[in-house]
Order: sequence, then structure tokens, then C-alpha cells
Amino acid sequence: MTQFAQIGVFNQAIVLFAALVLFTSFIMLAQTRMLPLIFSFAWQGALLAVATALVAFVSGHSHLYVSALMTVALKVVAIPWLLYRLTLQLKIQFDAEPVRHPSLLLLGGAGLVIFSYSVALPVVHRSGLATRNTIAVSVAVILIGMLLMIARKKALAQVIGFMSIENGLFFSAVVSTYGMPLVVELGVAFDVLVAAILFGVFFLHMRESFDSLDVDRLTRLSEARDSLPGHGEAGEAPESHP
Amino acid sequence: MDHYLTAWLLAAAQTALFVAAAPLLAGWVKRVKCHMQNRAAPPVAQVYRDLAKLFRKQPVIAENASWVFRATPYIVFGAMLLSAAAIPLVAVDLPTGAIADVIVLVGFAALARFFTALAGLDIGTAFGGMGSSREMTVAALAEPAMLMAVFTLSMTANSTNLSAVINFNLDAGLVLRPSFLFALSGFAMVAVAETGRIPVDNPATHLELTMIHEAMILEYSGRHLGLIEWANQIKLMIYAVLMANVFWPWGIAREFTAPALALGAVAIAAKLALLAVALVVWETVMAKMRLFRVPQFLGFALLLSLLGMLTHVVLETG
Repeated sequence: MTQFAQIGVFNQAIVLFAALVLFTSFIMLAQTRMLPLIFSFAWQGALLAVATALVAFVSGHSHLYVSALMTVALKVVAIPWLLYRLTLQLKIQFDAEPVRHPSLLLLGGAGLVIFSYSVALPVVHRSGLATRNTIAVSVAVILIGMLLMIARKKALAQVIGFMSIENGLFFSAVVSTYGMPLVVELGVAFDVLVAAILFGVFFLHMRESFDSLDVDRLTRLSEARDSLPGHGEAGEAPESHP
Repeated sequence: MDHYLTAWLLAAAQTALFVAAAPLLAGWVKRVKCHMQNRAAPPVAQVYRDLAKLFRKQPVIAENASWVFRATPYIVFGAMLLSAAAIPLVAVDLPTGAIADVIVLVGFAALARFFTALAGLDIGTAFGGMGSSREMTVAALAEPAMLMAVFTLSMTANSTNLSAVINFNLDAGLVLRPSFLFALSGFAMVAVAETGRIPVDNPATHLELTMIHEAMILEYSGRHLGLIEWANQIKLMIYAVLMANVFWPWGIAREFTAPALALGAVAIAAKLALLAVALVVWETVMAKMRLFRVPQFLGFALLLSLLGMLTHVVLETG
């Protein structure tokens, strides 16, 4: 067991940035407005890029610099900019989504951190890397991204949650094995970019058909509701009742 | 024996300095704030003049006030005085530091709050009861967050004694601990709530709908009010010194020699002046929060403290 104070200032900085990445996940979980949500996603990307560059510096794996640059280009600039433009286009930049139990959600996030710590413990014990302790954090980022997707109804927030899951996967690859092969990373990065564009098209269609980005509307047949007023299920929107 | 005597004398002098300098810090905060907001600033000594004026005036007490109302200013001031004695200001390892650890400090704050709330209820005015209920609401949420931040510190240093924690930090040198970063942020948010600053409470107004602390002490006057105001200034100083000396302990005197003590005094003065500026900037850019938003604010503070503890366990051990 090595003491935290003795692992050197750069390794400490990696751990610090890993903790900050986890913190931005919690910020996203707490943030209900659309534009700040996008900005906190961009911040997570920036912190992730710094952590990756630090890992590259400490371990001497120069291909990780390329990964860091790619992270900056995609997750700090391109995807947030795409989403930002989309929110302006759809005029949802001032929308705030009511979350039912915000404090409970955050406590759930903290529970996920504990869970991922216990899950990652055997991996951590077998690993010899200096960054092994941050594996639990990367797993927690993935799980919190999932929690974000589950808790939110607006499609944009779900996309942010999805991208944040990808951030967690990328981070776990960096800290547990010093990154995936560059070809794989390039492929994944391209996929994510394409996904962001496709989501944009999907948003526009959704807006056109439902006049809302609430994904709950997708489970309902619009004709059925129109033809049978007042015969909906208990959870249906109030305007359908006579 | 001689060393023993010096240590006790120093401890007494440090406590006296702490209590005497507390209004100075409050005056400095006021002055910087005025400058920041383009207003004419009162001199720093104005706070002392206000206190002196209050102590000269005759206190007026309502007919139906019980002993609780009369005793509360002294209890509050006494609790703050004892807390001030236990906190290392200029030097560590003073004998008074062994009186109380961090958890007892939280207890002192709770005692003072309990009696202030009782005094607010004692008179039976509408504002007093409202203020007491609000204060207890805030406290119930702030205390767990504060304790969690404290536990993060003491888990790292393996001690709840402030001198031991400070010595541990000094010996370790500069270590980038994420847990300390989170604990500091959580602690700062709790400090803002507990000392009644913006955005939780505004110490400068007596607006009925928003006031928390001022509502409880509305019926006090004369030397009673003076004591409570002074105790509040000490409380602000306590939180500021805790933040300054626990998280950045560099400069504090570890031996009882004149140069080390002088350096310690200069260091803490500089740290407090900077912290006050940070507080003023925070208060200027933030707007007062609706009361019903305060639980969310403190919930976030609790989350930060919890994250500090979690990152300590997950990232800094093993």
C-alpha cells in the first residue's frame, strides 16, 4: 500500500482531475436547464482531456496525446456546439425540466459511486498502474450517465447522458490500460460524432410530430388518443380528460 | 514549568486577539463590499464604535421575557468564546487546543443556535418564531454537511483534533487531495449558510419575508444586542480561520518564539484579508436565494462533503 502523499504530484493531479470529472457528472445530474447542461458536458470533456494528457505525460504513451486532442475537438468543441445550435434552433434554451426528487437523485449518484467502488475493487487489486484507483471513478461516471438517462424525459438530456456514458468508457480505457488502440478510438469518436448529428435529425422529427422533446410521448399512439377522449390510462396527460 | 506557563499565556493572548480581531474582520468585509459596489465605505473602526454604542445603551426587555431571553446573549457569547479558544489562530499545539476537537466545535455552534432559537420563541412575537423555525431548518441541513466535511479531514489526518490536523497537513507538504477540495467547497457553502451571508440570508437587511437570523434577535437591544452581534462576528471569524488554517496552514507558528509568532500573525492576517475579499466577490455576484431554494443549496453542500469522503476512500487509499 503506497501512501497518497508519496505518489508524486503528477499522479496526484491525475487523481484530482478524475475526481473533478466525477464532480461534473453530479453537476449534470443536478442541472435541469438545457444550456448549462450542455456547458457542463463540455467541461467534463475538457477535464477528461486534461486527465488524459496527464496520463500520457506520466506514462510516456504519446498516442494518448492524440486521444486528448481528439477529446478536445469532439467533446469540448464539436458536439457541444452541435447541441447548442440545436437548442437555439428548437428554442428550448430556457427550458427547465422538473425533476421529481433532485436530492434523492444526487444521493442515488453517491450510492452508484460506492457500488462502482466495490465492483472495481478486485480489478484495482490486480492492476499495477499508478492510476488504478481512478477505475472506480470511471465506472461511476458510466453509471451516473445511465442514471441521467433514466431520470430525464427530455431527449436532449438523454443524449447528454449517453455522451457522458461514452466519456466514462473512454476514461476507464485510459486509466485501466492506458487507452485503446488508436484505430478503435478513432472509430468510436467518429461514431459518437455521427450519433450526435443523427440525434439532431431525430430531435427535429420529434419536434415536428409531437411539438415536444419529451420521450414519454413516443410510447403513445396519437390516433388512439384523439379518437378516444377520456379513455386513457391513469398516467395520461390531463388535457385528454373531459 | 516555564514552557508550560508561556504556552498558557500565549493561549490566553491568542484567544483575546481572536475575540478582539473579529469585529475588525467584519469591518474589513463591509469596507471591501462598499468599495466593490461603488458606495462610500465606513472606516473599519466603525464596527467597534457601533459595539461600544450598544454596550453603553440600556437594554429594553419585554415584560413577558423569561430568563432564557436574558441568559441567551451570554450563553451565545460564551460558546463562541470557548470555540475561539480552541482554534489555532497564530500558533498550533497550544494547551487550549486540547479542550475541544472539531466535533465539539460543531456542538458549541449548535448550543448557541439552540439558545438563540429559544430566545426568538420566548418573546412570543411572530417574527421571532418565524426566524427560529427558519434557523432550525437551515441548521438541520447544514450540520450534517459540516460534520461530513470534518470527517473527511479527520479520516485523512487520523485525528479530530485541530492542532493534529494542521500538523499533519504541514508535515505532508503540498498534496493535491481531491477530497480536501470537495471538503473545502462543502465547508465554504455551509459556512455561508451558518454565518447568515448571501445567498442564504442577508445580514444587512431587516426585510420581513427573507430574514432568518435577524428575525430571531429582533427584540434585543443595548448590551444584549451588542453581545450577540459580537458573537456573530466571532462566528464569521471562526469559519474563516478554520478554512484558512486547516486547508492552507502554511505560515502558522509551530514553536513559541517571537519571529515564528510574528510570521504566524502576518500569515493569518493576510489569509483572512484574502478570504474576506473572496467572500465579498461571492456576495456581490450572487443574489439572495428564495428560502425554499435553501434546502437545495445545502443539499449540494452535503453532496460535496459526501463526495469528499467518497473520493478519500476511493482514490486516496490503497
